[in-house]
Amino acid sequence: MSGFPADSVGLVAPQRQSFSEPLRLACGKTLTQFDLVYETYGTLNASRTNAVLICHALSGHHHAAGYHNVDDRKPGWWDACIGPGKPIDTNRFFVVSLNNLGGCHGSTGPGSINPQTGKIYGATFPVLSVEDWVHSQARLADVLDIDCWAAVVGGSLGGMQAIQWAISYPERLRHCVAIAAAPKLSAQNIAFNEVARQAIITDPDFHNGDYAAFGVIPKRGLMLARMVGHITYLSDDSMGEKFGRELRTDRLNYDFTSVEFQVESYLRYQGQEFSARFDANTYLLMTKALDYFDPAESHGGDLTKALQNVKARFLVISFTTDWRFSPARSRELVNALMAANKPVSYLEIEAAQGHDAFLLPIPRYADALSGYMNRIEVDA
Amino acid sequence: MTLRADLQIIEQWIRPNSHILDLGCGDGELLSYLRDSKGVHGYGLEIDPDKISACVRKGVNVIEQDLDKELDNFEDKSFDTVVMTQSLQAMHYPDRVLEDMLRIGKEGILTFPNFAHWRCRLYLGLRGEMPVSDFMPYTWYNTPNIHFCTFRDFEDLCRERSIQILDRLVVDQSHQAGKLSALWPNLLGEIAIYRVTR
Repeated sequence: MSGFPADSVGLVAPQRQSFSEPLRLACGKTLTQFDLVYETYGTLNASRTNAVLICHALSGHHHAAGYHNVDDRKPGWWDACIGPGKPIDTNRFFVVSLNNLGGCHGSTGPGSINPQTGKIYGATFPVLSVEDWVHSQARLADVLDIDCWAAVVGGSLGGMQAIQWAISYPERLRHCVAIAAAPKLSAQNIAFNEVARQAIITDPDFHNGDYAAFGVIPKRGLMLARMVGHITYLSDDSMGEKFGRELRTDRLNYDFTSVEFQVESYLRYQGQEFSARFDANTYLLMTKALDYFDPAESHGGDLTKALQNVKARFLVISFTTDWRFSPARSRELVNALMAANKPVSYLEIEAAQGHDAFLLPIPRYADALSGYMNRIEVDA
Repeated sequence: MTLRADLQIIEQWIRPNSHILDLGCGDGELLSYLRDSKGVHGYGLEIDPDKISACVRKGVNVIEQDLDKELDNFEDKSFDTVVMTQSLQAMHYPDRVLEDMLRIGKEGILTFPNFAHWRCRLYLGLRGEMPVSDFMPYTWYNTPNIHFCTFRDFEDLCRERSIQILDRLVVDQSHQAGKLSALWPNLLGEIAIYRVTR
């Protein structure tokens, strides 16, 4: 017997799929071949109608639920929501979770070898869009022989992918669940991303993105980028509650080098930990995809028009203290869906945790998500 | 499952396959019934988390939105009918909501309790206290019903705002339309169901 919790999918192993048909990208470039790494949880039914695609956010990856090793300290990033009896119930659904193209967890990305040159892509890896991701995910669906997802589900940047799925492939999903997402970023949001990018680009170890050739990583830049990002994922209240003005030292040191406030120590730890496990070029690429996402743009800025051909039913969820992807951004999407006369439900969950709330087991959120998912019809 | 009595009456006034907005849709009972029986589509607005959850479980399109804030996210005449049951008296600005209903919808259907019902009059007249009953069980300081009105008050408002009353059904607590309440609606009717347009 394993020591995993009863509502865990247990031990899981990533799989790799290679694609040799070229993928033309929004930027005009083409990837002649690419790999996607993914995991699956639950069992695909005979009619192949119970598949759910999970799209990850900026720093996410394919390992959404369960454990890779018996001694793993932590499960996958969305284990709170995926598992037997959980809101995305693996007793009913066949869940597919992948690492996006351009990622740094196994799928083809800036750290991969460019087959044309035999060298690491580095800075030459093309800038990707949310649409590119969705097209690459559709290729994975083809390979898995999934014509139509029961649902495409994502939070934050993952929610944007779910929205794009409904627009790009209206026939290929029945439900779209967009959590703490937005139909486009605001200027403030782009500004935060730009600060993060500048932190990375101006790190002397960045070497215009070819740091691998120099045997270094722009650790400091990545750390700063994550520190800024992390602040925006929390709320003032949750930071106040967690750290307040609590000091790590007995008294103030009157210098600039000591780590005095608990919040400083926490941010440094988060930044350092992140810079050791995440790739700088991937971070740049993910933030650009976020900034560029605006499905209304090609419809004269009219989101309702962009959603005109959508066939999926929508569940949109936001969190009251989320200021990175505020409820107002979700309401934009909901209003456009209603104006287009599309089925949608919208919940604004009272939660103190800011943007990060979408990853946490908040009772009302879990209850609504499971209520919605449980109604999705799948063959036995 | 039988439909709540006032909803049964409203149901008769809703055309098949029409586009409906239900303001304060509760647990989605009316919308799910209309969807199944008449192919009606639309949305319900609600703020109570438990009721929203009940809507989601029924597959009713529910939008978490406070009616007391703006309804300006809805375009003019974008719905066939805007329904509001037993909520008018709980609004901060009932007149604004009424105006919005008729801006957004071609028709409005609303129900509210009559504060001029003889039992209310007797309670207030004889006891000199705000009426409390099974039907209106709240004390004055702790009630969601902050803007009670009478049928006559409502009809005065409609006249003043050039709102046309297409239908009015006055019923008692058990939603029976008696002969007497038809004769003296403002005295004997407990709940009114109005269909209005502009």
